[in-house]
Amino acid sequence: MAVIETHNLERTYQDGNQVIRAVDGIDLQIQEGEFTAIVGPSGSGKTTLLNLIGGLDKPTSGEVIIAGTPIHELSDNAMIDFRLKHIGFVFQAYNLIPVLTAAENVEFIMLLQKKSKEERRQRSHQLLEAVGLGDRLTKRPGELSGGQQQRVAVARALASRPSFVLADEPTANLDSHSTANLLDIMARLNEEEHMTFVFATHDQRVIDRAKRVVTVEDGKIKSDESLDR
Amino acid sequence: MKTLIKIAWRNIWRNKLRSLVVICSIILGIWAGIFINGFSYGLNRQRTLEAIQSNLSHIQIHDTAWSQDPNIANQLQQSASILRALEDNPQVKAFSSRMLLNGIVASANGNGGAQITGIEPATENRLTGLAEKITEGDFLADKKNKILLGKALADKLKARIGSKVVVTFTDREGVIISGAFKVAGIYRGTSSQIEQLKVYVRQQDLQKLLSENIAPHEIALLTSSLETVEPVQQELQRQFPDYTIQSWDELSPELGYADEIMGTMLYLIIGIIMLALSFGIVNTMLMAVLERRKELGMLMAVGMSKRRVFSMILLETLMLSLCGGPLGILLGFLTIWYTGSTGIDLSVFAEGLQSFGISSVIYPSIETSFYFGTGLLVVVMALLSSLYPARRALKLNPIEAIRTI
Ligand SMILES: Nc1ncnc2c1ncn2[C@@H]1O[C@H](COP(=O)(O)OP(=O)(O)OP(=O)(O)O)[C@@H](O)[C@H]1O
Ligand SMILES: [Mg+2]
Repeated sequence: MAVIETHNLERTYQDGNQVIRAVDGIDLQIQEGEFTAIVGPSGSGKTTLLNLIGGLDKPTSGEVIIAGTPIHELSDNAMIDFRLKHIGFVFQAYNLIPVLTAAENVEFIMLLQKKSKEERRQRSHQLLEAVGLGDRLTKRPGELSGGQQQRVAVARALASRPSFVLADEPTANLDSHSTANLLDIMARLNEEEHMTFVFATHDQRVIDRAKRVVTVEDGKIKSDESLDR
Repeated sequence: MKTLIKIAWRNIWRNKLRSLVVICSIILGIWAGIFINGFSYGLNRQRTLEAIQSNLSHIQIHDTAWSQDPNIANQLQQSASILRALEDNPQVKAFSSRMLLNGIVASANGNGGAQITGIEPATENRLTGLAEKITEGDFLADKKNKILLGKALADKLKARIGSKVVVTFTDREGVIISGAFKVAGIYRGTSSQIEQLKVYVRQQDLQKLLSENIAPHEIALLTSSLETVEPVQQELQRQFPDYTIQSWDELSPELGYADEIMGTMLYLIIGIIMLALSFGIVNTMLMAVLERRKELGMLMAVGMSKRRVFSMILLETLMLSLCGGPLGILLGFLTIWYTGSTGIDLSVFAEGLQSFGISSVIYPSIETSFYFGTGLLVVVMALLSSLYPARRALKLNPIEAIRTI
């Protein structure tokens, strides 16, 4: 089943009297359990596409259907709730609340979902264990390295048991060691838990690990290849 | 909710210096507000007590016609029985009768209009402590035709102790009567107006100048405390229904009003202080919100509802404001409590203050309800100042916030 489906998706920006077609008629289907990289030169529309899929932005025209729900029809408040339940986000930076510990950051999402205290504690420990931070539960983001922070962000993204995880340039600020480490973790979560990941990235190290690479240029899909790894 | 409180509390301490500046300004502002209030209230009370002690007394009795026409004819014909009734009333602490004649006091060097007050020196002193106010010379003794002048009038007449002055007034037929008096003493009053106006002689000396017997025009008395003023007044009114019997606040309504007017004004001062403080709070919180644009955008992106973001900023502002409020109130309370028992000596300025009828030691005090009122105002101020920054946080657009990472 497709968890993500877009039909003739368009998003234009008005820049003075010039129209920028950031996303220009994209039809894309992503199945459960995929490990997909969306690549393309700077300004090609990767972030815009990801924001539309993630329900952070509304399309100018076209449809976004997530797990059977046409999210472009949702109200703002319903959209926030939908994101909380169905979508995990990992951004390039500022993923965490600086005044909360790693475990509290992961639990915060579940708290918003009104999960019980016991469940929150158990799952946050288990997830942080899974991203290799079992010994850093009570550290605040400022006390963690960039790579460790991104791993907490992955744990946080998974905490709500989302349908898929969207990651926009998750490795942009990381060295190669941390990048490899983060990719290992995400690949393993993809393999073992069947979690769907969609990346927007320039990073060759990420592209090399992706099982499907969608290339975007000028807001259009230029190529779409599935690789057997 | 618990986590929101935790986050809000920790957020306050992210920028320690900035939060401390806000908290300290709140503490100082509220402390100053409370102190100004306590001081003004103490000042006012002092002034009231002073006025009662040296001029008004608690209750004054006059003939009913006196207030319209303070004429020599409007005497207290029943003064003897009034004095006897006061003697028998255990709640009356001191009383004295006075003859009041409007006239002129003249010396070789000048003259001035005056209220010639015929007193019984012993009882008058018990009532108003007149003897203690004599700064030069002596109080009225048994020698006849002695007079007490106020400092201001004595200066005007260039009269000294032992100088001769002539007192002139008219009797009830309009006949001009004068008599020569020797200055026995010079007193200081609560104001220079009083020093100009009041001269004191013995009742019996006045009586001798007149061809017919006259009774006193005024009887003043002190009761055992402020609380017994009203019952004593009612009792006397029942005994002597034909006379006008007034308590101090009826005699000098502005003293009573002063409390009320000041109450309103002091709340106004506190209000202005709060307004100034709230600008500081709003400014600080706006800065905090703008600094955390990305973080707040991220929180909205991952599914924190607008209502929660709003509450978080609201809580943060409330907690910041409420950190300082109670401390300021406590500090104010302690200051009032301490200075209220030791008093604040204003003798350095007393020379100037005396002409306002104020003594030199002030005992600040505040009604307990004022602390609660201030506390309530702090909460209201905190709530109002939290609304704008919290609304501002809602206007953040998650995509914009994240895009600028
Ligand atoms: N809010 C906006 N207003 C106007 N134009 C915008 C806005 N957001 C994006 N664009 C334009 O849309 C196009 C696509 O932008 P987008 O950020 O999606 O590119 P990208 O592929 O993510 O680039 P990068 O690799 O640099 O992150 C660009 O030309 C950009 O200038
Ligand atoms: Mg981008």
